[in-house]
Amino acid sequence: MPVSVDSAKVRAIAELARLAIPSEAEAVLATELSAVLDLFAALAAAPVDGLAPLAHPGDPTLRLRADLVTETDQHEAFAAVAPAESAGYYLVPKVIE
Amino acid sequence: MSPDLDTVGGQLDALASGASSARELTERALDRAAHAQNRLNALISSVGADHALAAADAADYNRAAGRAGPLSGIPFAHKDLFCTAGVPTTCGSRMLENFVPPYSATVHERIDAAGGVLIGKANMDEFAMGSSNEHSYFGPVHNPWDLTRVPGGSSGGSAALVAARVVPFATATDTGGSIRQPAALCGVSGIKPTYGRVSRWGMVAYASSLDQAGVIALTVADCARVLDVMSGFDPRDATCADRPKIDVAAALARPLQGLRVGRPRQWFGAGIEDGVGAAVEAAIAEYARQGATIVDVDLPSSEYAIPAYYVIAPAEASSNLSRFDGVRFGHRCADPKDLADLYKRSRAEGFGHEVQKRILTGTYALSTGYYDAYYLRAQRVRRLIANDYARVFADVDVLAGPTSPTVAFKLGEKLADPLALYLADINTVGVNLAGLPAMSIPCGFSQGLPVGLQLVAATWREDLLIGAGHGYQQVTEWHRAAPPGVSP
Repeated sequence: MPVSVDSAKVRAIAELARLAIPSEAEAVLATELSAVLDLFAALAAAPVDGLAPLAHPGDPTLRLRADLVTETDQHEAFAAVAPAESAGYYLVPKVIE
Repeated sequence: MSPDLDTVGGQLDALASGASSARELTERALDRAAHAQNRLNALISSVGADHALAAADAADYNRAAGRAGPLSGIPFAHKDLFCTAGVPTTCGSRMLENFVPPYSATVHERIDAAGGVLIGKANMDEFAMGSSNEHSYFGPVHNPWDLTRVPGGSSGGSAALVAARVVPFATATDTGGSIRQPAALCGVSGIKPTYGRVSRWGMVAYASSLDQAGVIALTVADCARVLDVMSGFDPRDATCADRPKIDVAAALARPLQGLRVGRPRQWFGAGIEDGVGAAVEAAIAEYARQGATIVDVDLPSSEYAIPAYYVIAPAEASSNLSRFDGVRFGHRCADPKDLADLYKRSRAEGFGHEVQKRILTGTYALSTGYYDAYYLRAQRVRRLIANDYARVFADVDVLAGPTSPTVAFKLGEKLADPLALYLADINTVGVNLAGLPAMSIPCGFSQGLPVGLQLVAATWREDLLIGAGHGYQQVTEWHRAAPPGVSP
């Protein structure tokens, strides 16, 4: 399944990934992503009929734990590393006028 | 004879006998780090000499008081993706250039509690994405054996620091070969344990179903000693297994006599340099001389490992790295005009090219219309590969072959052809897909550069790896070879 990616496709994926790709970089990325997708084409030939997908080695099941409060309040420590913070809130540009 | 101060074991002996103090060993490591930095660029985040020496003094005090831990007074470096409270943790990225974590990784807590003395944080490919350490925001690491060559990646700083005898061990992580390949290219030993052996809590995530922390050191015995400290159940990591610890003493005592060594035909295919193949074949012959049985085996799905890995790892990365949005921590762009602009420009400015490429690859593989063809199919192939390994481990104890098909390549040599760089991991990624423990140990030289022997065992059988690796180092000298210019 050879697939090629063009600049328009790069823009669409970059939008999904929330990445501001400069227009001059789109062509380079299109070429590089096309090469990676060519690599993926080999997967089509793999004999995987009847095999269940493996998401984690050993198919682990998630553990249950007692329904107890285990986290402590660390909001000051976390706020201290924020790019912009005030009174315990993260500051971002205004979303609703 | 002066004590061997290059290894963990040698340093512990010197501390126990009183021949050295933790302060002396730490000063020695700091001196060597300063001496090596201009040549290697292997350290990126500083702990501060005062901080390190204070930890060393505490270790000396504890030892005098009879409270020495298993690594008391041993200087070491972390790969710079283990969170260390109060000490910068950059992950090799502009995104985290100024990030000082408010908490420490489980791995750090355990080594710290055992008395290890952190002297600095090691350079790495940005977000552990790379096989040459050329994708670090802080510049490439240089291979101590030849400064014009790469150290391998992504744990290139860790491997270079150990090879240059700056520290006797460094932590590292392995998502597709990032412990084993730099260990091979720098002529040191590195172990990647079974997925779930070591907690990933506080380790900056790349691909969560593949990432596993391990150790780089000069000897297998040192790797085992440090792994013993790092490993064990941690309720904070949902995939960390609650299993008995490795019996390190018993593992080190395992004889090579009777060991069943599998030689996967597919690891010796086209692309293996002659000198690498010859050194690895000689190492396998040494196992036979020591009484091991050598069996040719097949891993027929090996050809699918690289494509499956480059679907799964970027897919998980695209999800994991979505947390870097310029809001809660990390880089934020200047003057965002709205929230979308804040996300997009912060991420574009904070992530380097390779990271952006892998995020885009993963986003594509997970997007509507492609999920089944790429991501789900890659996960089926992953089971196919895991089944291959499970089948061969019914008949052999360990697999042996070349860690990397080549010796260290020139800086810049493969940057123009990114796919060539991806193929540097051709013999290592399958192990991560299957979650197996594996190791690389020095087994010779080609063109004057180190060659690594990869050993792989079945899930939870690190004891077989440690026995096979240590046994080999008892009868060979390759792990003792030091690059030029190591002392200050």
